[in-house]
Amino acid sequence: MKIFLTGFITLVLSLPVYAAVEEVNIYSARKEQLIKPILDRFEKQSGIKVNLITGKADALLKRIETEGTNTPADILITTDAGRLHRAKTAMVLQPAITPDIEKIVPSNLQDPDHYWIGLTTRSRIIVYAKDRVKPSELSTYEALSDPKWKKRLCIRSSNNIYNQSLVASMIVHKGEQSTEDWAKGLVKNFARKPKGGDRDQIKAVAAGQCDIAVVNTYYLAQMLNGKDSTQKKAAEQVAVFWPNQNDRGAHINISGIAITKASKNKENALKLIRYLLSPEAQTWYAEANNEYPVIKEATLSKTLKSWGQFHSDSLNLKELGEYNSQAVRIMDRAGWR
Amino acid sequence: MTTRYNKWVVIAVTTTLLLTTPLWVLVSFLFEPGNENWLHLVDTLLPEYIINSLWLMFGVTIGSLTLGVSSAWLISQHDFFGKKILHWALLLPLAMPAYIIAYTYTGLLEFEGPVQSTLRAFFDPQTVNAWFPEVRSLQGAIVMLSLVLYPYVYLLARTAFSGNTQQIMNASRTLGAGPYRRFFVIALPMARPAVVAGVTLALMETLADFGTVQYFGVPTFTTGIYRTWTGFGDTTTTAQLALLLLAFVSILIAIELWSRKKAEYFAQGTKSASLPATKLSGHKSGLAFMVCLIPVAFGFLIPATQLLTWSIQNAETGFNSEFLTLIWNSFHLAAITAIVAASIALLLAYVQRIHNSRTTRLSKRIVTLGYAIPGTVIAVAVMIPFAWLDNTLDSWMRNTFNISTGLLLSGTLFALVFAYTFRFLSISLQTVESGLKQIKPSMDDSARTLGANRWTILLKIHLPLLNRSLLVAFLLVFVEVLKELPTTLILRPFNFNTLSVKAYEMASDERLADAGLPALLIVLTGLIPVILLSKAIGKSHV
Repeated sequence: MKIFLTGFITLVLSLPVYAAVEEVNIYSARKEQLIKPILDRFEKQSGIKVNLITGKADALLKRIETEGTNTPADILITTDAGRLHRAKTAMVLQPAITPDIEKIVPSNLQDPDHYWIGLTTRSRIIVYAKDRVKPSELSTYEALSDPKWKKRLCIRSSNNIYNQSLVASMIVHKGEQSTEDWAKGLVKNFARKPKGGDRDQIKAVAAGQCDIAVVNTYYLAQMLNGKDSTQKKAAEQVAVFWPNQNDRGAHINISGIAITKASKNKENALKLIRYLLSPEAQTWYAEANNEYPVIKEATLSKTLKSWGQFHSDSLNLKELGEYNSQAVRIMDRAGWR
Repeated sequence: MTTRYNKWVVIAVTTTLLLTTPLWVLVSFLFEPGNENWLHLVDTLLPEYIINSLWLMFGVTIGSLTLGVSSAWLISQHDFFGKKILHWALLLPLAMPAYIIAYTYTGLLEFEGPVQSTLRAFFDPQTVNAWFPEVRSLQGAIVMLSLVLYPYVYLLARTAFSGNTQQIMNASRTLGAGPYRRFFVIALPMARPAVVAGVTLALMETLADFGTVQYFGVPTFTTGIYRTWTGFGDTTTTAQLALLLLAFVSILIAIELWSRKKAEYFAQGTKSASLPATKLSGHKSGLAFMVCLIPVAFGFLIPATQLLTWSIQNAETGFNSEFLTLIWNSFHLAAITAIVAASIALLLAYVQRIHNSRTTRLSKRIVTLGYAIPGTVIAVAVMIPFAWLDNTLDSWMRNTFNISTGLLLSGTLFALVFAYTFRFLSISLQTVESGLKQIKPSMDDSARTLGANRWTILLKIHLPLLNRSLLVAFLLVFVEVLKELPTTLILRPFNFNTLSVKAYEMASDERLADAGLPALLIVLTGLIPVILLSKAIGKSHV
């Protein structure tokens, strides 16, 4: 009993001290293993204590919304632009990104109203079986609905945000009707019902279940660099194709960051964002998940370097958020499960 | 008449109302007008959600009944090779999160996996491709869920078979009834409330499952709920869809009640010396062993071996001190919730027994609904009232005393335990209730005629008899909390991780090798109470 009482009193006494410590609180949709190490480094360098909760973006957003003005969250990190846009629309963010930060990141990778900014980019690319497909047969996302790919295409479910974003970008560029026609053609080309994640699609191409697949760059790069030898072997059987290089460029998405409206540690939050955009952090942060850094000074991972330069879609990514619901409806109507 | 508003009834009803706040939050969304997303859903996906969910329920009923009842019957009534170990080993699959078992079997059985590749090397690849069943399918999901959910049926049926039913079984055996007759004419009807309770639990968990069906690409209610939320960002339609799911569950519960009403068997509450279990020998013993080994092998041994192999071969990080924290976090959360849930279950079941009125019956039914609500929905529905309470108190304190209290309950372990209790109370309640059902009311009457008051009856008669059911209730909730994911993920405090969160973060990144270790640790942590309680249950067996 005595121990408990002493423990309790110590705890209570330590509380104000604890609160006085400089800190920054993060709600992150990026997984702990892909962010904690760099946060630890920031903590050491700046002396600012970093508190972290990871989870799914929509859940974290909902939590910030319901916690309202008392939310402890200073920062929201997501792994797609659509969710940042959703957070902005939900009025839980503040336009706090300062010009010195904005000028080092390409303008299409940030919100024009200063609400959020990209930390890394990834592209949604086509991979093909080296032995069965010639790269000359491939050209654009649009051409994937061509009947010549009938029963030869693998792609994951329309529940996946990256597919939703890809379709949203198609709506912006091509209009709703032609996107729906395209989606219908695409579904006819599915080699199997959509299932599994992006890695599964790559494995299916390697195993001969389909000839081409649409996946995010970092999944392929991670399979090539991971310890799992079967995954590595599968990944080596496919090659990268950058779609739409002769027109708008390959579709990209970001992992990004924003400061909450109710933030009580805004200065610390800005310090963290500046740190995450420093060459040192960018190199690690991008390499941890085999993504592309958003600043030029950072170095690319070896695998990404080997894939060469590519031309990316310069669409402002907030559009992905704006057209997300429409994209989902189109996919539903097209029978994309 | 006055007894209806007795203080215990008031306590029970208040507890129910408080605990079900999340449910009322959901119901409040019913009054919001349906929007175009509803029409879109009805036009496109809703029929598919309903049909798939129904098939899934049908399949899991068959699967969990077959595996659970057969093993429970063999274990409780017979002696055969390996029984001592299988007796508790049959519970092991319970500790295996459904989505983890789905991942492991996919790894083994998929097109590019070792099994199909080996077959293709030996046989004509075309034939293999044509004949090999697709694991990631509706059928696959049924098998996966049955494999991890049959222990509910097994545990409750075993308790019923070896409980007070035993006495009648013994009598019938001395009267010369054969094993089949004993099973179908006596044991099964008597154990029916317990078996139905077990199946109901399995089905509610099935309806709430997200991980497995999502990974297998089977659109069900849960994936629909999640998709409506993430795809449209539409909380209203999401909540309404969840309510539709609850309507489903209410039907399920109604069926269960109906089935119980038809079979209100009360067994004698007295203890009797049981005859020794039937000894099986030779091929019969081997057969019984096989029947009980199959669920253990497929529900636990094979996936656990696969996880172990993966984590040894491919994991980027091994066991380190971080895992000790994870184990402790998971363990104490699970233990606290299991105790809270068992206590509330006892309260509710008991109040209903002494004051059986419509109010008590209804309040008890309502609390059980939580189990069928997907964890994500519960988490949000818990978050809303807690944040409201915190913020209201905060602004009142600011205005009155100029002190900010901030968030007192939101984002604390209290909120988390509350959410777990709401979600899993159904399990402890079903278990305690089916235990209480086996104590004949006439016993209470005799005790009271002899001058015992309610407390004496509870402490001296019911609790000792309920001992086993309470232990089972504790165990089941404990293991459920250990593997619970969505609620934990959303409601947890800063810098607070559990084993299931760790397993999920790795698995959802498709890093199965790294998910192996935390997943195995969930199973191992779950093993501790399984073994302890098996011992305890064994001892209380008379």
